[in-house]
Amino acid sequence: MKSKSLLAILLAGSVIVTGCNNSDEESSVKNSSTEATTNDTEVIDLQTEIDAYKEFALDQMDQFTTETEKFVAAVKAGDIDKAKNIYPNARMFFERSEPIAESFGDLDPRIDARLADLEEEGQGKEDWSGYHKIEYGLWEENTTKGYEKTADQLLKDAKELRARVETVEVTPDLMMTGAIDLLNEVSTSKISGEEEIFSHTDLYDFKANVEGAEKIFTILESKIEAKDPELAKNLTEKFKAVNDLLAKHETKDGYISYTELTKDDTKALAEAVNNLGEPLSQMAIIME
Amino acid sequence: MTETKEEKIFDKKISRRQMLKMTGLGAAGVAIGATGFGGVIKTFGMDFFDDDSTSTNKVDFYGEHQSGIATDVQTNIYFASLNVLVTSKQELQELFKMWTPLAVRLMNGEMIGDPTTNGMIPPKDTGEARGLDATNLSITFGVGPSLFEKEEFGLASKKPNELKDLPHFPKDQLDTAYTGGDICIQACADDPQVAFHAVRNLVRAASGKVSLKWSQAGFNAFPVSKGKKQTPRNLFAFKDGTENPTTSSKKDMNEVVWVQSGESKGWMTGGSYLVARRIQLHLETWDRTSLKEQENTFGRHRDSGAPIGKKDEFEAMDIDRKDDKGNYIVPETSHVFLAKSVDARILRRSYSYSSGVMDATGSYDAGLLFVSFQKNPDQFIKIQNSLGRLDKMNEYITHRGSALFACFPGIQKGSYIGEALFKTL
Repeated sequence: MKSKSLLAILLAGSVIVTGCNNSDEESSVKNSSTEATTNDTEVIDLQTEIDAYKEFALDQMDQFTTETEKFVAAVKAGDIDKAKNIYPNARMFFERSEPIAESFGDLDPRIDARLADLEEEGQGKEDWSGYHKIEYGLWEENTTKGYEKTADQLLKDAKELRARVETVEVTPDLMMTGAIDLLNEVSTSKISGEEEIFSHTDLYDFKANVEGAEKIFTILESKIEAKDPELAKNLTEKFKAVNDLLAKHETKDGYISYTELTKDDTKALAEAVNNLGEPLSQMAIIME
Repeated sequence: MTETKEEKIFDKKISRRQMLKMTGLGAAGVAIGATGFGGVIKTFGMDFFDDDSTSTNKVDFYGEHQSGIATDVQTNIYFASLNVLVTSKQELQELFKMWTPLAVRLMNGEMIGDPTTNGMIPPKDTGEARGLDATNLSITFGVGPSLFEKEEFGLASKKPNELKDLPHFPKDQLDTAYTGGDICIQACADDPQVAFHAVRNLVRAASGKVSLKWSQAGFNAFPVSKGKKQTPRNLFAFKDGTENPTTSSKKDMNEVVWVQSGESKGWMTGGSYLVARRIQLHLETWDRTSLKEQENTFGRHRDSGAPIGKKDEFEAMDIDRKDDKGNYIVPETSHVFLAKSVDARILRRSYSYSSGVMDATGSYDAGLLFVSFQKNPDQFIKIQNSLGRLDKMNEYITHRGSALFACFPGIQKGSYIGEALFKTL
């Protein structure tokens, strides 16, 4: 798999330092004094881990921008096959780092909104932008014509996202919540085929979300190991279980179409994700 | 005594014409009915069934408004959405006339037919509520937009503008197996079997006239503290319904829930619009979400139900509160922040459901049968649009079903369900 070499590149990337800011936690401790258990965590130093994650996210965003550039060029050149090939792979960089991308409430929907996300079906289509709009053109209409402007805007948005990711304040909370969020994404929309309703490339997003969560686990693994070796072991096994199941649906270029999955397949995948999610939610014990 | 009288109404030998005549005369029975006999009242040689004030745990059927709206929320619901099979306005009218005495009797906790002496035929009442009292059963009838679109009923001119399918909302993943319907019956009771029995018998009595489109059972549980029922919790363990209008306040209800004269088509005066949404709650994902994140999603503390940063459930939300860094204390993407950002109120009357396992994922098919009442569906639409795609809750829920029904005003003694709709003006 392509992603393995990718990970190696990521780990070798340069370190970008950000301040660890716990203002979120502090203010809510103050505000919810009645429910002290909620925030009964002392600040422990995770600066190394935070830096590692930020580096990962920035690298993903770099590649996302590069791949989006290629995608947009293919769309504008009218090369439908090429655009279709790049589409699911380019999106994986976005999906891996979604906890970060999501922190921009305006950009995320501009890049990643599904038709189902839009307010009014008739009216909403005009406001629709981003990857899924072009997905509709490519797979439903089998064309790139009329999507040139959407493509231009997508590249602009991708570049803006890349620039703004520099400013994201990565906190332990963002990382741990982010890992869970990634799995939640899988459980609510990828497993049901609702993410890529035209291209049916949901398994790419699925894989990328899992990799995004696994990356966070890997970064925190030694800390978890020190606190609860059983948990670390369990998580390693559960990630492997999900990845092994996904590997069954690999093709030489990527993954089979969502429509080729049987109910037993989706059920097995969903259950493996849930089995992973439950122990993953315990990662925050390292904050105790 | 009542047994022979029941025969008169339920004897199939009575022709439709006779039936119409009888119920038509029923209007004259109002004056006499008001003198307050329990059970059956005899007027002009015909009978109608009245609320029996001697019944235990009883909600009244007759009144200014239908039951099941301002009625104290019961522990169980059985909600049914029906398609009509009849093909004329007259048959439709007869259907509601036929249902009226049955609904009264069900809400009295009575059997809807006499015990049969003929063992060769099945009993009139399906029987599973025998021995149970009324358990505060309420039955609410409504009609959906599709009913008015059936030309054979000639009801097009009676359709209120606001009675139309709800718009598509962000993140909706509607399943046609849980959307729409020509007629709804909302049966709520403090017993699941009584609620189910009510719908079952009404649908059975209308055999060949209606078909079940979709249905959903639901439950609620009320902790009691100092003898007072507390706000129930949904399956995410948060209190649901804290900020409802006060159902005992005429002012609140007239402002929020009851259609006032001139606000809609005349036949809806005193009625209300029912929004039903079948919302899947992704329990597995919720359960792996940190408590802090759960609370930030709702904008309330889980255990106390208090607004974030406050102590008591009923303290004012004050969404504008900020911390010393200028950040909102109740997160801007929280459910309550967004819902409160619009000037619209609704009466929520929701129930939790648990209906087995999702075929494709092996996860619980569980969630919230969201039910709200409002004088205009726009109140709900405004709030739902405000939640939009920003609502942090979206990550944990999926709207799978949706329906809108116009619930008739209350029924007067001697009249029948929905009479105003059928009156030719």
